[in-house]
Amino acid sequence: MASVYFDGATRRHKGNARPSVDSVTLDIEDGEFLVLVGPSGCGKSTTLRMLAGLEPVDDGTIYIDGHDQRGVRPRDRDVAMVFQSYALYPNMSAEENMAFALRNAGMGKAEAHQRVLEAAKILELEPLLGRKPGQLSGGQRQRVAMGRAIVRQPKVFCMDEPLSNLDAKLRVSTRAQIAALQRRLGVTTVYVTHDQVEAMTMGHRVAVLNAGVLQQVDTPEALYDRPVNTFVAGFIGSPAINLVEAPVRDGQADLLGAPVPLQQRADAERVILGVRPESWTVGAQGVPVRVELVESLGAEAFVYGRPEGDPDGPRLTVRLEKKLRPEVGDVLTIAPVPAEVHVFDAESGQRLA
Amino acid sequence: MTESAITGVDPDESSGRAHQAEAASFGGVLMKVAGYAAMVAVLLLVAAPLFWIVITSIKERPDIYTQPAQWWPSPPTADGYKAATTDIEFWSYFKNSLIITTILSIAKIVLGVLSAYALSLLRFPGRTIIFVIVIAALMVPNQITVISNYALVSQLGWRNTYQGIIIPLAGVAFGTFLMRNQFLSVPGEIIEAARLDGAGPMKLLWRVVLPMSWPTLIAFSIITVVNEWNEYLWPFLMSDDARTGTLPVGLTQLQNNDGITNWGPVMAATVLAMLPVLIVFLALQRHMIKGLTAGAVKG
Ligand SMILES: Nc1ncnc2c1ncn2[C@@H]1O[C@H](COP(=O)(O)OP(=O)(O)OP(=O)(O)O)[C@@H](O)[C@H]1O
Ligand SMILES: [Mg+2]
Repeated sequence: MASVYFDGATRRHKGNARPSVDSVTLDIEDGEFLVLVGPSGCGKSTTLRMLAGLEPVDDGTIYIDGHDQRGVRPRDRDVAMVFQSYALYPNMSAEENMAFALRNAGMGKAEAHQRVLEAAKILELEPLLGRKPGQLSGGQRQRVAMGRAIVRQPKVFCMDEPLSNLDAKLRVSTRAQIAALQRRLGVTTVYVTHDQVEAMTMGHRVAVLNAGVLQQVDTPEALYDRPVNTFVAGFIGSPAINLVEAPVRDGQADLLGAPVPLQQRADAERVILGVRPESWTVGAQGVPVRVELVESLGAEAFVYGRPEGDPDGPRLTVRLEKKLRPEVGDVLTIAPVPAEVHVFDAESGQRLA
Repeated sequence: MTESAITGVDPDESSGRAHQAEAASFGGVLMKVAGYAAMVAVLLLVAAPLFWIVITSIKERPDIYTQPAQWWPSPPTADGYKAATTDIEFWSYFKNSLIITTILSIAKIVLGVLSAYALSLLRFPGRTIIFVIVIAALMVPNQITVISNYALVSQLGWRNTYQGIIIPLAGVAFGTFLMRNQFLSVPGEIIEAARLDGAGPMKLLWRVVLPMSWPTLIAFSIITVVNEWNEYLWPFLMSDDARTGTLPVGLTQLQNNDGITNWGPVMAATVLAMLPVLIVFLALQRHMIKGLTAGAVKG
């Protein structure tokens, strides 16, 4: 168990103009479950692999438990990794897969067997220990891969989209299992995913990465309630937040005709307003919206539409309670809840208030 | 040897079925007939000479030359075999072949695997250049280096010695090339997992990379054993007699023994010379089984 500290860690891949990971500074507490999210190609895997020592750190450095990891070999870092592909050794049984690291570290056969049994018990793998990976289902392989990481009792777990090869249902149950397991073992964990739900439900904190640059590190709630910029606002939350550029007049932003009072920077010419789908009220006053699509999920419904009389206007998403069910083509008048509107700078996209 | 054995990718049952389905959809019967015709043609091409060798080896001497050709020996005789094993020092040649093939094959396989491993999975400066040199070596035909090798080896006084035959033949460009490509096809994440699991270079090779490469390694081994067993030119140049001569060299002696070639014993000796490699092949090809990488990544 250990803390992890990324100190301006940068990774430049040969031939790429921009760094794949651009001076990431990130403090991960001992025992914390940190989720790393971001769109495809943003450098999540690279960040994780730098921590594991599989990828060099070109600038800056990474500390594990306060120790600079520069020049420390992967095997000496005491980091266990769960790969997206699981990367099990096909020629070894589940038990041998799990015991491999222990035996390499010089542990005796009996002791290693004991450790494997303990892990197998937690992961309900006991009846499968003698099987080779080829004889296991996807979910079972995933658990063996987890087992291989936990038997080592490492300082840090690195997990790179470990659930992405499972079907939706199994993913939900495994998600909960991994989170519970991490709490039980208390091992510092960095978990990479591009799945919203995993990011919001599993970790203590979530780090959002975009184009190699760390955008925000916060608890899931804070990330949702106070995104630091338009990227985070747009990335977290499903369906996505409505981001609308609005001109400012007399200290008020004009959201397609609906006034939104500004606390800060009322002098700016334009701002970007972020309104979550649930932050609208349907009433007599506000923006008339022609409904283009209704997604009914039972308890709630999401309505997509454009401002009436403005077919090129922004597409808006509105969450509706059960009682209201408009048809496609209806006109709905909506107004944002002022307290829940996020205001961003029009140029930089940074949060204003 | 099947192609799949060489590439290490085995067509498994399902793809076999897919092929069948494809064949059926192509106008079923016609494709099937064409397939069998091709198979028969290949069989005739390969098996006819073999059959001829075998029956000639058990024919009586006058029968060998009769016109029209006799398709079945009457009566069969073991004279050819007796002559083959007594006219020349057959067992001495046989022993030489065995020793030289064993040592050479082991040397080639070990060197091939180790060099391929270094060139594919270990990082060191100049790796690419070394690989290019190895490939260049592969391009040079053996016959070209024979003269300089001969000069060198005879200068060392190594004619009629095992090392004189073995050492110049122990270069392994082909094995390096084949095994390197095989090793490169092992999923990188498995190798990284092994590194994280604390496996050193030898353990990585022995416990992780090689077990995933058996089909290719076995194909390479079979090719090597067969090649070395049948190697003719160099052992012939290096040996004057049965002290170090290999079986192919012995066969020549048998041919020229009394001016005109007595084909019965020659064919008998050929059959005897074929048997060991046939056994090796049958023993090893069983292991070129499918699915060695199944379940390693995804699935
Ligand atoms: N070996 C490499 N050589 C060159 N560029 C690379 C290499 N590995 C990764 N990159 C680049 O680095 C960037 C980050 O890659 P990375 O694999 O970390 O993305 P990711 O966030 O894990 O994406 P995904 O969600 O698709 O897995 C990408 O733009 C990629 O093209
Ligand atoms: Mg990735």
